[in-house]
Amino acid sequence: MSAKDDITKKLSEAFAPQRLDVIDESHLHEGHSGHRHGGETHFRVNIVSPAFEGKSRVERHRMINTALAAELAGQLHALAIKAQAPGEAGA
Amino acid sequence: MSIEQFIENEVKSNDVVLFMKGTPQFPQCGFSGQVVQILDHVGVGYKGLNVLESADLRDGIKTYSNWPTIPQLYVKGEFVGGCDIIREMFQAGELQQLLADKGITVAASA
Repeated sequence: MSAKDDITKKLSEAFAPQRLDVIDESHLHEGHSGHRHGGETHFRVNIVSPAFEGKSRVERHRMINTALAAELAGQLHALAIKAQAPGEAGA
Repeated sequence: MSIEQFIENEVKSNDVVLFMKGTPQFPQCGFSGQVVQILDHVGVGYKGLNVLESADLRDGIKTYSNWPTIPQLYVKGEFVGGCDIIREMFQAGELQQLLADKGITVAASA
């Protein structure tokens, strides 16, 4: 399973999101210290889920970091996160 | 002094502390660089600590904050967030408000 599929599966199971984009941005970080051959090191996640209702920004990120703890301990080097509850989601 | 004691001392004795890769003058990571630019734009003084100089510090701050990535911003001893959170707060005016609420003076931004 690719890292993208793995992240998508974990987040889908944890948060039942209304919207979930998992974008591999590893190619933007070629030559950066965290980059490795084969990529799959830098990801961006846009997620909209009722699970984030009433949670602070730090709490939302911690929830996602917890769901992806195994990945973050492995080859996942950087994770950009935009986490919103349904009412907040803009265009 | 343990690394936890070192970190605690830094975040309690400096109003604003940024744990980052590289230095404020020469960030060595795009995410750290973004937070440096925001803090400079807001005009707040801060202490930058380079985690690339110490594996103990790099691992220690992740454990201390229970946060897996760098950069990390502390204001008055409290963890505020990483790059995405600082940028969102800055764009919403919340970062400036937080600094004002904590009684931290900022220079008028250019």
